[in-house]
Amino acid sequence: MSNIDVVITGLGATTPLGGDVASTWDGLLAGRSGVRAIEADWVEKFDLPVKIGASLAEEPTERIPRVQARRLDRCEQVALIAARQAWADAGFAEQTEDHTDVEPERLGVSIGSGIGGPVTLLTQDDQLEEHGIRKVSPLTVPMLMPNGPAAHVGIDLLARAGVHSPASACASGAEGIATGFQMIQSGRADVVVAGGAEACIAPITIAGFAQSRTVSTRNDDPEHASRPFDTERDGFVLGEGSGAVVLERADRAQARGARIYARLSGWGITSDAYHITGNHPEGIGQIAAMTHAIQMAGLTSADVGHVNAHATSTVVGDVGEAAAIRKAIGDHPVVTAPKSALGHLVGGAGAVEAITTILSIHHGIVPATLNLENLDPKVELDVVAGEPRKAQLTAAISNSFGFGGHNTALLFTAA
Amino acid sequence: MADKAEILSGLAEIVEEVAGVAQDDVTSEKSFVDDLDIDSLSMVEIAVQAEDKFGVKIPDDELANLKTVGDAVDYVAANSK
Repeated sequence: MSNIDVVITGLGATTPLGGDVASTWDGLLAGRSGVRAIEADWVEKFDLPVKIGASLAEEPTERIPRVQARRLDRCEQVALIAARQAWADAGFAEQTEDHTDVEPERLGVSIGSGIGGPVTLLTQDDQLEEHGIRKVSPLTVPMLMPNGPAAHVGIDLLARAGVHSPASACASGAEGIATGFQMIQSGRADVVVAGGAEACIAPITIAGFAQSRTVSTRNDDPEHASRPFDTERDGFVLGEGSGAVVLERADRAQARGARIYARLSGWGITSDAYHITGNHPEGIGQIAAMTHAIQMAGLTSADVGHVNAHATSTVVGDVGEAAAIRKAIGDHPVVTAPKSALGHLVGGAGAVEAITTILSIHHGIVPATLNLENLDPKVELDVVAGEPRKAQLTAAISNSFGFGGHNTALLFTAA
Repeated sequence: MADKAEILSGLAEIVEEVAGVAQDDVTSEKSFVDDLDIDSLSMVEIAVQAEDKFGVKIPDDELANLKTVGDAVDYVAANSK
């Protein structure tokens, strides 16, 4: 690995708490919940046991013109919104063939997605069944493919150094950022727009997760359904949204006088090779991911003052991660679990949570874990509850783990 | 057979719905690709909607010959029932 320093100069997001980074961050600090009843007739039609989700606070079509929106799956729409925000936040203007702030050949994209556009696949299958091939959209394939979000962002920003779309379930967004980091460190790009996107709240995904018994059924009390580390937790809440960051060579960012939020100093990616949905009981993959990130950054575990936990609010997963954090780092970090407010954005989660980790370093404050009323005694960690906590942070880790045994830890340090 | 002015007007509605081109800009001499910036995917959508609206069949090898809006109007006028 080279010694090219990589910094974060732009942030963008659309989430269940708000249509941009500022409203999402304000919502987290204010302790607002993005979880609500799913307003769709199919909940009753299929008598689904899960009737809650964390849908977007702002419809993507409010920011994307109608004609462009109709060519994009919802997951592509949210990726485009987050990427454009991050791009503008970095101080860059719209890229055209006549004007570019970043040379297209030195600009990359790395935006992951868990499953791409299943809703497009299903609606077009309905068209085929009901009306025949004439009514199947010619945009079906580009709207359902999981590289669609990254590809559309690449076209929009004129990125020609390569477009990647890691698919590692709930770790996809974090792996997107780690991949972007590698693109810069290997010399392929100077700037990479990286993150993740997901928008798949639909009958089949809700039904599938419900059948795997991993989602909360606290239907009568949506705002209190996602409660990581709490004794009464009963599963995660499916959400939708996207996050994107602008990763930039530090020397380039400094030369143009860019605002630098934080430095991306290390990452760890491991795989459990154990079970398709369950964590390894000893947490070996999670521990190794965090340890690798710390080693790559040239730090020790004592330096890590904050962990933005993956913690989805499942009975088994939260306890496993808590033990892994203790083993890899210790019990000193200030821990928070943003899925308590955001729900689980699947492929978008790792990216949005990387952003909240970056903002915790940047602003010196860690949002509270919502709904944490009684800390599970097996969670022997300093989890922030009630009010946000001020903390001067030099280094923080954001964890993201996914079905398939994917483990990604991103380590950010103060600029 | 439908009047050519009516066909043009109906086609312009479809083009606006699919590709976002203002109806007033959809005039006979315009090329779908070069002037109206319509890609091959949108052309398929426009053709399917035109078939439904005007009761014509537009086979793929015919669609490839419809370069301008005027070509499409003439084809529909000649082939609609």
